[in-house]
Amino acid sequence: MTRAGINFWALIVGLLVVGIALILHRHWVYEVPLIHGETQTVWSVEARVEFMADDGPVKVSMARPSDQPGFTLLRQSGASPGYGLNFTEGNDPRAVWAIRHASGRQQLYYQTDLLESTFNAAEEVAPPKLFRPDWQEPYRTAVDSIFADAYAASADHYSLARELIKRVNEVDAPQHVLLLRRAYAGRLPYLLAEMLNHANIAASVVFGLELRDGRRRQQLTPLLRVWDGDDSQVFSVASENGDVPMMLWEQRGAPVLDVIGGYDSRIRFSMLRREESTYSALNDSLPVQQSLLNFSIHSLPVEEQAMFKSILLLPVGALVVCLLRIVIGIRTSGTFMPVLIAIAFMQTSLGTGIVGFILVVGTGLLVRSYLSRLNLLLVARISAVIMTVIAIISVFSVLSYKLGLTEGLKIMFFPMIILAWTIERMSILWEEEGGREVMIQGGGSLLTAVLAYGAMQHPLVQHLTFNFMGVQFVILALILLLGSYTGYRLFELHRFAVLKR
Amino acid sequence: MRYLISPWTLARRGILGINQRNRQYIARYNPRSLFPLVDNKLKTRETLADAGIPMANLIGVVETQSQVARAADLVAHTSGFAIKPAKGSGGKGILVVTQRDGDEFIKASGARVSRADLTRHVANIQSGLYSLAGAADVALIEDLIRPTSHFDGFTVEGVPDIRVIVCRGYPVMAMVRLSTHASDGKANLHQGAVGVGLNMATGKAISAVQHGRSLTHHPDSGKCLADLEIPDWQRLLELAAQCYDVTGLGYLGIDIVIDRDRGPLLLELNARPGLAIQLANDTGLLPRLRQLDALTGAALRRSAEVRTRYSQEWFA
Repeated sequence: MTRAGINFWALIVGLLVVGIALILHRHWVYEVPLIHGETQTVWSVEARVEFMADDGPVKVSMARPSDQPGFTLLRQSGASPGYGLNFTEGNDPRAVWAIRHASGRQQLYYQTDLLESTFNAAEEVAPPKLFRPDWQEPYRTAVDSIFADAYAASADHYSLARELIKRVNEVDAPQHVLLLRRAYAGRLPYLLAEMLNHANIAASVVFGLELRDGRRRQQLTPLLRVWDGDDSQVFSVASENGDVPMMLWEQRGAPVLDVIGGYDSRIRFSMLRREESTYSALNDSLPVQQSLLNFSIHSLPVEEQAMFKSILLLPVGALVVCLLRIVIGIRTSGTFMPVLIAIAFMQTSLGTGIVGFILVVGTGLLVRSYLSRLNLLLVARISAVIMTVIAIISVFSVLSYKLGLTEGLKIMFFPMIILAWTIERMSILWEEEGGREVMIQGGGSLLTAVLAYGAMQHPLVQHLTFNFMGVQFVILALILLLGSYTGYRLFELHRFAVLKR
Repeated sequence: MRYLISPWTLARRGILGINQRNRQYIARYNPRSLFPLVDNKLKTRETLADAGIPMANLIGVVETQSQVARAADLVAHTSGFAIKPAKGSGGKGILVVTQRDGDEFIKASGARVSRADLTRHVANIQSGLYSLAGAADVALIEDLIRPTSHFDGFTVEGVPDIRVIVCRGYPVMAMVRLSTHASDGKANLHQGAVGVGLNMATGKAISAVQHGRSLTHHPDSGKCLADLEIPDWQRLLELAAQCYDVTGLGYLGIDIVIDRDRGPLLLELNARPGLAIQLANDTGLLPRLRQLDALTGAALRRSAEVRTRYSQEWFA
C-alpha cells in the first residue's frame, strides 16, 4: 500500500474510532439511549427577554413556570452578563434580574427543562380579588345578552365558563357576538374574565406556552382560569389548538413580565424536545453550565440548538446522495439540490411536497421555454426565472387557500433560488439533450429527494444525529470511503450488458 | 439480450467504470490547472499550433460585439467553413457551411442560411448560448474539412471523427464515429451515431455498436462496417500521441478528422473522455491502462513516434 493509502485508511479508522467512542461515551456516561423509545420526553424551553434600558438601575421580574399536571420542572438557569438573578419561590414563583446601571438594548435569558410526567397534582392557587368591570354601550348590552344566555344553559362556574367560551367562538354568531369579537380581537380571555368577575365569580387570565418541537420566537397564549371556592380550572379560549401540549407559564393571573427602568420590553420563547432516559432526566446528570470540556451543541442556547437539529440532518442527506450517485449511478440535476428539496419535504409532508415540486418545476419550464426565445443574458434570465418561481408559488398558495386546501400553503417552504436554478438547468438540458434526459434527471432528483427525506425524517435517525455528535464522524468516514470507491455503478452493469459473452 | 452484467464479468473483461476513471485516471493524470487549455478551443489551437500539430485553417476569430457585423465579410472568399464556439461542448453550436449560392450559404444538410442568420448565430455564440455554464464566448471560423473517399457510404453527412484515448502519451484505444440518419448527422454515440472500434496496429474496423447494440452493417447505407479502414493510420496515432507532449494531460480523449488534401487534422481535445469506446471495441481499457500505469523513468521520456510504435505492438 502506498503512503497516501495508509494515511487515508488511518484517517478513516481514526474517524470511526472517535465517532464510536463519542457515541458510547454519551450513551454510558449520560445514559442517552441509543434506540428511540423507552425514554422520557424533556422539553427545554428558553425565554429571551429583550428591552431598552433607561440608563439607570433596572429591575426585571418575570413569571416562571412551576410543577403542574403534565410537567415536572427539572432544572432552571438564567444568563445575563452583569445582572444579579434571583428565583423567588413561594406563592408567586418569579425570576428577578437587577442591575445598578444599564443602557441600550438588553437581553436576558431564562432556560428551564421540563419533564413530561403525570404525577403532579394541580397546585392550589388562591382566588384573586374580584374586580368590577364596566362596559360602554353598545358593548354592555351585548355582554349582558351573551351572559344571560350562557347563565341559563349552565349549572356551575365551570360549565358557565365553558358555555361562554362556546358562545364567543360560535361560527354563525349573532350580530352582538360579532361586535364583541371585533372589539376584543386577540383579547377574548380578558373579556371572559371581566364577564365572570362582573358576576362575582373569581377569574383571571393566565398564560400558557404551546410546546412544539424546534419552534423559535414563540409567544405565550392567554388562557382563562376560573375559580369555584379554592378550586380552579384552566380553559383554553381559542376554539382549536389541536393536540399540542400546553404548559402553564404563569398560572396566578400576575403579569408575565415587569420591567422597571426600561421600555420596549418583549419576551420570546424557543423550545426543543429531547428524549432522555428516565435515569438521566431525574438525576440531572446532563451538565447545563458552560464548560470547555462539555464541547457539544447541547451546551448552546435552546434557540441555536433548535436550528442545529435540522442542520445535523444534512450529512445524512449528503450520504444518501453519495450512495445513489456513486454506487447506483442515478443522475440528478444539481448535486445537492435533492437534499434541499428533501428538507422542504420535511416541512410540507411528502405528498404535498412532491405535487408542489412537480407543479412549480413544470410551470417554470413552460415559462422558461418562452424566456429562451428572448435570447437573454444568463444572469438576467435566472433572475427572471426566480421571479417566475415566486409568482408561481404565490399563485398556487392563494389558489389552494381559496379552494380550502390549506396543505397547498406549505408550498412556500420550497427553496426558491434552488428551484430557479433547477428549472434553468433542466431547461438547458431539454434544449440540448431532449425531453427524455430531463425526465431521467428530474425523476432521479425526485427519487433521491424522496429517499433522502425518508432517511432524514426517520425518528431513529433524528434521535441519533441530534443526541450523538459521534454519528457525524461515522458519516464523514462513510462518505470518505464512498469517495474512494472505484468499483462499478449499478447502472454501468446495464450499460455494459452488451459485452456479456 | 440480458439487462444486467455481473460486476465480476466486467472486471474480468477489464472494463473501466466511471468511478475508477474519475479517481484513478482523470484525478491522477490530469492536473486541474490544465483543464482550461482543453475547455477553450481557441487556447487549444494556440498551444497546439505552436507545436506544429496540424489543424483546420483558422479563417478568423470574432471576439467582440463590434466584430459580429464583420463575420460575414470574413467568409466572403471561402465557400466552405465551420463556425464554432470556443467553449462549446459535445458539438453544440457548430454551424457547417459547405457551399454558397449568391448571398446565401448552404449547410451540410442542404438547408439555406442567410447573411442575417449567420450574424445572429455568431452573436448567440458570443452571448454564451452554447458555452459551458453560459459564460461569454468567442466564435471561431475555420476552413471546411473535405471528406476523403475512404468514408463514402459510411456516413450520411459530415465527416466522421476518430477518437483516440491517450494515456501518459501512449495511444491506448481508438474508434471512429459515423453519423446516421438516427443521429441527425451528428457524431455523438448517445444520439444514435455508430461507433466502430479500430485495430491499433492497422486502423481496421474490429466491431461496431449503435445504441449499445452491436451491428455489422451501416444502418442507412448497408455498407459492411468490417471493410472500414482508416487511411494514414500511423500518422494519425503519432499526432494523437504528440498532444500529450504539448498539453501535459496524462489521460486525454483526442478527436481527429481526416481531410482529403491535408490528411489527419486535430479537431479537439477532451480531458474527460467517455467510456463508450470500450463498447465499440468490445474490449476493456483497464488491462492496457494498467500496463501504462506501471511505466517509469525512460519509458515516459520516449518520443511520440516511439511511443506510438510501442502502443501498436502492445495493443494490437
